[in-house]
Amino acid sequence: MIEFRKELFANERNDNLNEIGKPTRRQDILGHVTGRSPYFDDHLFDGLLHIRCVRSPHHHARIRRIDVAEAQAMPGVVRVLVGRDVPRNLNTLLSLLDFGIDDEPLLAETKVAYKGEPVAAVIAESEAKALAAVARVRVDWDVRPHVLDVEEAIKPGAPVVCEVYPTNKFIYHGKYDHQKLRFGDVEAAFASADHIVEGRYQMSPIEQAPIETCGAIAAPEINDRYVCYTSTQALFFSLGTAAKVLTVPSNRLHFVGGTVGGGFGGKVDSVHEPIAILGAMLTGRPCKFAWDREEEMQVGAPRGAERWYIKDGVARDGRILARKFTGYFDSGAYTRLSSYAIIKGVGHLPGPYTIPNVHADVYCVYTNRTPATAMRGFGITGVDFAIEAHMDKVAEAVGMNPIDLRILNAYRDGDMKAHRREAKNTALIECCQVVAEKAGIALQPGSRAASSLRDGGGERGRLPPRTALDQHGTVTGIDTGGYARKGGSAGATSKPTTAPAFQMPTSAGAGRAPSRPAAPASSTPSSQPAAPPSPPPPPGAPAAKTDRPRQGAMRFSSISGLRRR
Amino acid sequence: MAKIPVVFIHNGSERASFADPGQNLLEFLRRGVGDLSPKYGCGQGTCGACTVLIDGETHLACLTLAESVAGRRVDTAAGLATGATLHALQEAFMGCFAAQCGYCTPGMLISAKALLDRNSAPSREDVVEAISGNVCRCTGYEPIIEAVLTAARGRARS
Repeated sequence: MIEFRKELFANERNDNLNEIGKPTRRQDILGHVTGRSPYFDDHLFDGLLHIRCVRSPHHHARIRRIDVAEAQAMPGVVRVLVGRDVPRNLNTLLSLLDFGIDDEPLLAETKVAYKGEPVAAVIAESEAKALAAVARVRVDWDVRPHVLDVEEAIKPGAPVVCEVYPTNKFIYHGKYDHQKLRFGDVEAAFASADHIVEGRYQMSPIEQAPIETCGAIAAPEINDRYVCYTSTQALFFSLGTAAKVLTVPSNRLHFVGGTVGGGFGGKVDSVHEPIAILGAMLTGRPCKFAWDREEEMQVGAPRGAERWYIKDGVARDGRILARKFTGYFDSGAYTRLSSYAIIKGVGHLPGPYTIPNVHADVYCVYTNRTPATAMRGFGITGVDFAIEAHMDKVAEAVGMNPIDLRILNAYRDGDMKAHRREAKNTALIECCQVVAEKAGIALQPGSRAASSLRDGGGERGRLPPRTALDQHGTVTGIDTGGYARKGGSAGATSKPTTAPAFQMPTSAGAGRAPSRPAAPASSTPSSQPAAPPSPPPPPGAPAAKTDRPRQGAMRFSSISGLRRR
Repeated sequence: MAKIPVVFIHNGSERASFADPGQNLLEFLRRGVGDLSPKYGCGQGTCGACTVLIDGETHLACLTLAESVAGRRVDTAAGLATGATLHALQEAFMGCFAAQCGYCTPGMLISAKALLDRNSAPSREDVVEAISGNVCRCTGYEPIIEAVLTAARGRARS
């Protein structure tokens, strides 16, 4: 039973809705109950070929040689694909949004960086024949030391997981080796706090585990086009990715999807479609590439593990004066979507609370684990676990009921959030009140009387008078790619083979900032800019890459920062 | 190796098709017979998406040798409706919002049918037990349980 608290959302809810609040039927449910919903594998093709991958048994290894001769000669084997068969065998998923550097091969050629990484794909007349041939592909491995822990991975001398990012950290906006949030001055607030409460929180990776495993079937269509039936959750994203790595115009690809047997975020990585289409291109026959259950669990990209350190400065009465985060997302061996998850997560900090001083350094770290990707609220869920566990710890430290503590610190309408947006439609206080009532917990009178609609804004709605800034983690000389950017350098290269060179100063960046377009205007003249100032490159740093001519007006994107359209 | 002819009753009609040696019933039904309603989820007998009835008993098609159904009756979700008339379970699943992605639904329906065929007035515990071998990763178990109970009540009335 859902109770709508109209007094909280009166301005947001139309009373004359036709659907919400009324029973309805899913538009696709007749197909589901009759077994006729067309999942990708429910398209039958005569002469269908099956693709199975040869996978790394090692966490980290160089590939000296891949010998497919014996596999190729096995009965029923039509072709064995290796990395050099892939026209553009290096990609990063978010390159379509111009975010990040191509870092991951479709089929590894020179090294593998996680256990289960594919190095070859056998195309055969049946699953069984493909599997038999997979066992006959000989790979000469040069096993390398591996690193499986995020904090170990960023220590000097750690094995380099992915050569594109030699410090095992994703580079944000070409500027920082982490995503930064600065709001007020946490160190000053810690000095005046009555309690300091610190905690370390660790989330495990979580597999989406859809009942339908990920897969795609591709087949030659008329007029030199290829049809691709896929389980993807992101049809046009997968189409764009396939067009990119196969270097074909997207109008030669006909993608059919939309019927997904459970995804939960795990069906966006677009690794099946390009391999299935490549198989169809090279054999001229329909090809199916799907994971079995074991692969789904082993190499299917999970929600990444996260490690969080939280330090709070708390007043005797329970008000949280300052909160400092250090976060490490375990991206696994490649970027996929972890870089973006962190941007989401940092925008969410410090959780649904109004805290006048917030500081966060959040790192996207490469380890020799299965690459991580999207899953329901990724970027938010892990840190919410850390925040709420920490709230309980704070409550214990100040001797308060944890629900009273949450209500005391909850954001209210009109408050300023740490990412410099006004809080609207807040309802944490009311949720806490309902929870306490249902759980039979007696709240303090002040908590019972509190409301999200009252006592917010004003002083709480202003930006901090001073924000402490620093250039910690500055990176210079990196070109962050530009596949989607018109005139970008990366898009012109069909097979990038060298990693971009860049250096990371050990000390905070010195030098003078070049002129830089103003950040989006802040309404209060005395306040800080809406985004932390850009770090300056050191004197003499090559400027050509970032200064190349671009067209269009500047705009701000939370993903790619300030850039020209 | 020679293909194996398999003659069996598929959703009430006699069918003859060829199985590959060692082929499981799931692949045989889907690729050989063209009945796509049983689904592959694990191939290990753990998810229940391929549940079918063999002579009225639930079986996991992925763990059943295709040729073993020769001369027997195999019922799948594709055969639940009678012409354009849906089975009471199908109606109840639609009415109770008992499917999200729908991938586990054919197997759920078959497990539920097996229950209702032997017990026309199941308790909630009976329903939970009957679908305990069917995994729904969308975790929509409550509407599914409600749908099976609704179908049982509807049939008891009619």
